[in-house]
Amino acid sequence: MKPKNGGRTSTVTSRGRRDWEETTLRSAVGKKPERKKEFTTVSNLPIEGLYSPEDLKGWDPAAKLGFPGEPPFTRGVHPTMYRGRLWTMRQFAGFGTAEDTNKRFHYLLEHGQTGLSVAFDLPTLMGRDSDDPQAEGEVGREGVAIDTLADMEVLFKGIPLDRVSTSMTINAPAAVVLAMYLAVAEKQGVPLEKLEGTVQNDILKEYIAQKEWIYPPSPSLRIITDMVAFCTDRVPKWNTISISGYHIREAGSTAAQELAFTLADGIGYVQACVEAGLDVEAFAPRLSFFFNAHNDFFEEIAKLRAARRVWCAIMRERFHAKSPRSWMLRTHVQTAGCSLTAQQPINNVVRVTLQALAAIMGGTQSLHTNALDETLALPTEDSARIALRTQQIIAEESGVVNTVDPLAGSYFVEALTDRLEQEAWNTIRRIDEMGGIVPAIEQGFPQREIAEASYLYQRQVDAGEKIVVGVNRYAEGDNLRSATLKIGPEVEPGQVARLKALRKGRDKDRHTKALKRLEENARTKENLMPAILEAVRAYASVGEICGAMKTVFGAYREGKVQL
Amino acid sequence: MSTTREQNVRLLVGKVGLDGHDRGAKIIARALRDAGFEVIYTGLHQTPEMVVATALQEDVDGIGLSLLSGAHNTIFPKILRLLTEKSSSDVVVFGGGIIPEEDIPTLKRAGVRQIFTPGASTQEVVDWVKANVPPRRR
Repeated sequence: MKPKNGGRTSTVTSRGRRDWEETTLRSAVGKKPERKKEFTTVSNLPIEGLYSPEDLKGWDPAAKLGFPGEPPFTRGVHPTMYRGRLWTMRQFAGFGTAEDTNKRFHYLLEHGQTGLSVAFDLPTLMGRDSDDPQAEGEVGREGVAIDTLADMEVLFKGIPLDRVSTSMTINAPAAVVLAMYLAVAEKQGVPLEKLEGTVQNDILKEYIAQKEWIYPPSPSLRIITDMVAFCTDRVPKWNTISISGYHIREAGSTAAQELAFTLADGIGYVQACVEAGLDVEAFAPRLSFFFNAHNDFFEEIAKLRAARRVWCAIMRERFHAKSPRSWMLRTHVQTAGCSLTAQQPINNVVRVTLQALAAIMGGTQSLHTNALDETLALPTEDSARIALRTQQIIAEESGVVNTVDPLAGSYFVEALTDRLEQEAWNTIRRIDEMGGIVPAIEQGFPQREIAEASYLYQRQVDAGEKIVVGVNRYAEGDNLRSATLKIGPEVEPGQVARLKALRKGRDKDRHTKALKRLEENARTKENLMPAILEAVRAYASVGEICGAMKTVFGAYREGKVQL
Repeated sequence: MSTTREQNVRLLVGKVGLDGHDRGAKIIARALRDAGFEVIYTGLHQTPEMVVATALQEDVDGIGLSLLSGAHNTIFPKILRLLTEKSSSDVVVFGGGIIPEEDIPTLKRAGVRQIFTPGASTQEVVDWVKANVPPRRR
C-alpha cells in the first residue's frame, strides 16, 4: 500500500523495519534463535537487536548534539578535540616513601607522561599521621606516605611546579595537602597563579562509596567552599574539585547510577558554593569530573556523552550560569580497576585497551590506564609502561583521534546516550525530592542503591549470567600469584622515625600558634585556607592539622549498614 | 520446622583498618546471610581490638575479614593473638581480599584457616563456611 504522504523517507523506513522484522528477521530467528533471550549491558540495561531511525523519532540533532565546543557539548568540549591536542596521559603513581614516588615521577616524565598524579597512602587519605595507632601496617602501602611539608618537598624534588600539572587524589584532607603543594611552590619561587593541577576534594562520594572521611558532611562542605574561594582568588588555574564517579562505579554501581550520583554530587557542590556567596561564573569553570571506563563499550561512551549534556543543562537552567565555560563538563577517566582479574593477568591489557578506547570515543580530557597487575598490587615499572603505551598506541596508531566524536549519529549510540540521560534525570529528581544529595546520603539512599547493584552483579557472575573471561568462563590455572611491587618492611618504621625527628626539630612556638589560629578560625566563618597554609609552613603534620579541625567539627560515623 | 545447621552458626564479617573498600565485605555478609547463617557486619574502620570484642560479645563461631589495604600481615596475626589471649582461639578466622598468594602460607601458619582471593565466588565462601565453621557453644 502506498503511504498517503507520498512515501517520505521516515514512513518508508518505518514500514521497512516492520517488514524486515516480520519477514527476514522472523525467518532467521525461526531457523536459529538468538543466543540469548535478552541482551543487556554490563549494568543490565536492555539492548535491542537493531537500532534504526524509529529509535530517534523527534530527535533533534541541533538540540541533542550541537557542535563540538558548543552547548550542550555532547560532541565534546573542544571544537577540534584530539586533532588539536591529545588527552593528557596521566598515570596515577605513589607508593612507599616520598623519595620512592619522586623517583617514579621522574621515570614517568622521562617516558613521555604529560602530567603527574599522586596516590597517597591510607593514613594520609584519612588525615592521620604515620605514627597514629590506626595507621599500623598501612604506611606507604597503597600510595605515598605524606606527613608534613618536609615529605612534600621530597616528593616534588627536581620537578619545577610551573612546568607540570599535578593531580592529587585526596579528599577529606585535600585542603591540607593542597596547602603543602602551594608551600612547595613558594619554596621553588613559583607564583601560585602559575600552578596547574587538580585535587580530588570530593567528599560526597566518600560518604557514598569510598568511605574515607573525617568530618560530618556540613563542615566538610565548608572546608571545600573555603578552599574553592581561596583558589578562585589566588590559584586560578587549579581544578578545585574533581567530582568523581569512578569510586561509585568501583563500589559496584551501574553506569547509570555512576552518572546520576556523580552529577548529583556536582549539584551539591555548586549549591554549597553559591550558598557560601561565591559567584558561579568564577568557580564553575574550575570544577572537573572523573569517571570510570568499564567493560561495556557503548554504554561507557554513551555515559560520557550524556554526562556533558546533562551538566550543561544543570548549569544553565538550575544555576543560571551565563558563561559557556561554566556549562562544560571536563573529565578525567580511569579504566575500571574492579574489572581486572588476577586470573590470566595478561588479559587485563586487552580489557584496559577496550576501556581506554571507550573513554576516548567518549571524549575524555585525560586518562589513566590501569596496569595489568593492579588487581593484586601497585604496578611495577614494566606494567606501568605497558599501560601508558596502550594509550600511546590508541593515540598514534589507531586513527580514532582523526575526527571529532566519530560515533555521533549512530542510532544505537544516540539512543543509548538519551537513555542514560533519562536515567540520570530520574535519579536527580528523586534526590531533589529528598532535599538534595546530603540528606539523600544521610538516609543511605545512594549507598543502598549501589549495594543492591553490586550484589545483583555478583549473583549474575556466580550464576554465569555475566561472563568474566578467565574466571567463570575459559578458566585455567594461570593466576597472578604474587605482589609484583614490594613495599619493604622498612618503609613504615623509617617514615615514623622521620616524623618523630621532624617534630623535635621544628619551631615549636610557630607550630603551636598556627594550630591554635586554625582551631579559632574553624569556630568562626573565617576562610580556613590561610590558617591551614600557615600550619603547613610551620611543619604541622596532616594528622595535627586535621585533628585541630576535628576538635571543632567532630568526626563522621557511618550509620548502621543494612545488608 | 527444624533449624538448619547454618542457623546455629553465628558469623562476624569485618573491615579492619582505614580501608573503606567494603563492596566485597557487604556482598559476602549478605551471601552468608542468604545462605542461612546469622551474620553480624561490623561496619568500617574497626581496630583488631574492636573486632575481637564484638566477636566475643556476640559469641560468634567464625570471623571473616575483608582486607584490600595490604595490611593483612599485620591485622590477621593481631586478631588471632587477641583471640588466644581471651581463650577464644576456637573461633574460626578466615578472610579474603587483595592478598598475594605468597603471603597465604604465613597467614595460615599464624592460624588463619582460609583466604579467598579475587575471583572467588560467593558460593565457594558459603560452602567453605558450611564445611569448616562448626557451632562452638552447646
